[in-house]
Amino acid sequence: MLSYDLVIVGGGPAGMAAAVSAHDNGTENILIIERDDSLGGILRQCIHNGFGLHRFGEELTGPEYAARYRKMVMERNIPFVCNTMVLSIEDTDNGKVVTAMNSDRGVFTLDAQAIVLAMGCRERPRGALNIPGTRPAGIYTAGTAQRYVNIKGMMPGKNIVILGSGDIGLIMARRMTLEGANVKAVCELMPYSGGLNRNIVQCLKDFNIPLLLSHTVAQIHGNERVTGVTIAEVDEKFRVIPEKSQYIECDTLLLSCGLLPENELTQAAGIDLDMITGGASVNQNRQTSKNGIFSAGNVLHVHDLVDYVSEEAELAGRSASEYIKRGAVDKKIVKTVSVGKAGGIRYTVPQRIDIYDENDDVKVYFRVGAVMNDVTLTVKADGEVVSGQKKRKMAPGEMEYAVVKKAVLDTMPDAIDIEIVK
Amino acid sequence: MIFDVAVIGGGVVGGLTARELTRYKLSVIILEKADDVAGGASRANSAIVHGGFDPLPGTLKAKLNAKGTAMMAKLAEELDVHYRNNGSMVLAFGDEQDEKVRELYDRGIKNGIPGLSVISGDEARRLEPALSDTVTSALLCTSSGIVCPYDLNIAAVGNAMDNGAQLKCNFEVTDIKSVGDHYVITNGQERVEARYIVNAAGLYCDTIAAMLGDKYTITAKKGEYMLFDRSEGDMVDRTIFQVPTKAGKGILITPTVDGNLLIGPTSEKTDKDDCSTTLDGLDLTKATALKSSGKLNFRKIITSFCGLRSACEESEDFIIRMSDNSPRCLELIGIDSPGLSSSPAIALYAVELLSEAGLVLERNEEFVPTRVSARRFEKLSADEKNAIIAKDPAFGHLVCRCETITEGEILQAIRQNPPARSLDAVKRRTRAGMGRCQGGFCSPFVTELIAKELGIPETDVTKFGGNSKLLVGKTK
Amino acid sequence: MENREMICINCPLGCSLSVSIDGDNIKVSGNTCPRGEKYAIAEVTHPTRTLTTTVRVANRSGSFVAVKTKNPISKEKLFDAMRIVNAATVTAPVHAGDVIIADMLGESDLIATADKE
Repeated sequence: MLSYDLVIVGGGPAGMAAAVSAHDNGTENILIIERDDSLGGILRQCIHNGFGLHRFGEELTGPEYAARYRKMVMERNIPFVCNTMVLSIEDTDNGKVVTAMNSDRGVFTLDAQAIVLAMGCRERPRGALNIPGTRPAGIYTAGTAQRYVNIKGMMPGKNIVILGSGDIGLIMARRMTLEGANVKAVCELMPYSGGLNRNIVQCLKDFNIPLLLSHTVAQIHGNERVTGVTIAEVDEKFRVIPEKSQYIECDTLLLSCGLLPENELTQAAGIDLDMITGGASVNQNRQTSKNGIFSAGNVLHVHDLVDYVSEEAELAGRSASEYIKRGAVDKKIVKTVSVGKAGGIRYTVPQRIDIYDENDDVKVYFRVGAVMNDVTLTVKADGEVVSGQKKRKMAPGEMEYAVVKKAVLDTMPDAIDIEIVK
Repeated sequence: MIFDVAVIGGGVVGGLTARELTRYKLSVIILEKADDVAGGASRANSAIVHGGFDPLPGTLKAKLNAKGTAMMAKLAEELDVHYRNNGSMVLAFGDEQDEKVRELYDRGIKNGIPGLSVISGDEARRLEPALSDTVTSALLCTSSGIVCPYDLNIAAVGNAMDNGAQLKCNFEVTDIKSVGDHYVITNGQERVEARYIVNAAGLYCDTIAAMLGDKYTITAKKGEYMLFDRSEGDMVDRTIFQVPTKAGKGILITPTVDGNLLIGPTSEKTDKDDCSTTLDGLDLTKATALKSSGKLNFRKIITSFCGLRSACEESEDFIIRMSDNSPRCLELIGIDSPGLSSSPAIALYAVELLSEAGLVLERNEEFVPTRVSARRFEKLSADEKNAIIAKDPAFGHLVCRCETITEGEILQAIRQNPPARSLDAVKRRTRAGMGRCQGGFCSPFVTELIAKELGIPETDVTKFGGNSKLLVGKTK
Repeated sequence: MENREMICINCPLGCSLSVSIDGDNIKVSGNTCPRGEKYAIAEVTHPTRTLTTTVRVANRSGSFVAVKTKNPISKEKLFDAMRIVNAATVTAPVHAGDVIIADMLGESDLIATADKE
């Protein structure tokens, strides 16, 4: 059986960044396992620009951003294998075992000291949305449509309604319009859009595509191919208001209704998941409930910007490298506190903070459940406010963070809470 | 050529009947109006192999259900189809329904059903901890099971074809004429000639019967279902019914052979071409299923769908008899629940009736009863898989990540009998696209494989034949 | 005199901007920072966008390479640019940064953003 210090599952932006940072921290016996035919992950089909402002200080397209990291992987000669699917991860008494499959080697197993999970996420499909109606051809998630248009040069439809105003949906509204399609409307269930302002302006307003807030698709029509959809306004409980419905003729319905971390491997390995994020529950080093197994990127929680994916994966890669250097043991923990959340925070990553004899500042990322204006973001230790920060605006679409200072952790608190105060 | 037998309808009953006929030296053709077999009632139903306690004693349903269910395990093994003898429970809520449960028990005993007992609510909850506290008693049946209906259907047609039967898809029968010793069947463009006809047209058996001079009236009943992620598949081990009402066997909760959890169906009269789900139907399904168990996690629904059952106005029982007006034609009318459970026995009975009507049965010594499914690969050990991958690297290339389906399995589904020609046909044969992402990742690749194998442009690949094209053109 | 409303795209705040245009005299209000004013003036005088799309690779059947305009181009020329891009083909190998169409519409080079070997 082949042995590696570090196996990274997934060669997208998270996997590549984790590999680079682990390598730069002194771990060289690494293998990246990628299921697709090349490194880069979903960025390869995200041909639009807007990536990398934080990371590289310039605006890159998805393929360009991926290429930056691919180059770093190549320069370091970090081994990777493509067209290979990881089937299972086991944490045994004798170490970690990764079982994978590809055409060259069939089903094979690898030994690893540490593992970084970086499998990314998938889109919420129609079934999960439970939209009533028929089941014709012409219903796609925005990402599937993106693959058809950008990679395969195929048009999935001509007259289009989009449900969900997530960024991929907005980007595809523009992309399909530029390629000659007629995007008739974008419906958003919530009273606000989850997409970036920039995308609402440049993908919808630029092309006079209406954005219908508090609207959903109430029924899909058409027996063979989609012939139309009934859209309707919803009430505050998101129930369809039948009197406020209208029929729109179209041949395609694109869905951009949220992303779900892909954690089948994680779950099967017996790693604890966070019900809200759908990702593993981690400490500040992005270590899961199993020592030596780390998680980063959209498989941990869905990020708004790839720049933050890279940042998080670098942290996970560095942590994995430290773990390996210590001889595959965890750092001595004085105590573990779970991060409390209040005032409309939906989730935090990390979910827990391990407090050591010597601590570092911890950035706690979070998302809010609704749009909030003029609030204070506070950090509490043992119930006492230790820091506060004024925020003009917070929205569910944006990832935010609060910093828990080293000095606070060094006092060995029993409770850490992140709270938004009006 | 003039076929010995033409089977109209490529559903599970037509498929198994055709297979049964290929045990004899007969030329058999299956005529299917859709692009693929298993498109009607056999595509979307509860996937239950019923114990057989429900039908009224003395009816064909009672007789064929008991016999069919008893045949299912062996048949599934021969055809390499997943079947599980998981047992079932019928739940009672309150005194009145407790009485109904005892009636069902008595009826089951009269029908000769093995493995029946009446148990208390507590005993029911001990066996199935997810059940609601309000359950007062239950009928436990150990002889029932679950099977994937389209899997069985496809395997039956495939095995019939492997044994020499022909399949003609996209052949919607529009007229049948008796000419001397045979019939001429046409779809308006093409003709097929056969000495005997089996009308296994399901929902449309009345239309075919009318062409044979017989009058029956079939209406469609819609049943809406919801399917849950595999993470929920072990919430119950048995199939959980509620005491039946006039509307049917009611809304059940069952694991599927593939490890998902299924709830449904509703029962609503509708048009024969209306396979749409409705907000009311889905809400009713949820509310009724919750009565059996409050543990259902509706966030884990991966899809909802609607199936159509045929309801015959002339009889509540199956009508299986030679036509009154076309002597060499067999009518299979009103095959609703427990049609899937009965299908192996219906096939035997059909051949018996055809023989009585003069069809000469001479054993086909070359008949092979077994078939290897495109889904065999997933059940193999790592060493066995590696032996196959070494010969054919396509089996090492994973295409559907949610259900772990390889390119090799997909190619097998496109190449073996009955060949898959659409995205849904591949999905039904391999489960590629049936998982959590519902084809979001794999469908572009499956489309590419279908196009390559069939030698057609990708823009001509359909979801399920006809005008269900997936793509409208190229970008440039 | 003309008044226009727009949302600033510079940051998550998304300020609602009001712009009044009176000949060369442009007044912006509703902005929180100077970037808002600059953005609004650009939007009413000469709005530009970076075009990202694909170009067919002539010698690789069914293959496309991602491209972008090196600099933003006039917003109203996006569809004219698409017509030019969709008629163009490129011959592999192509590398990110290669100029596919020079000085397209007199506004910007069109460059590859990915490799195609």
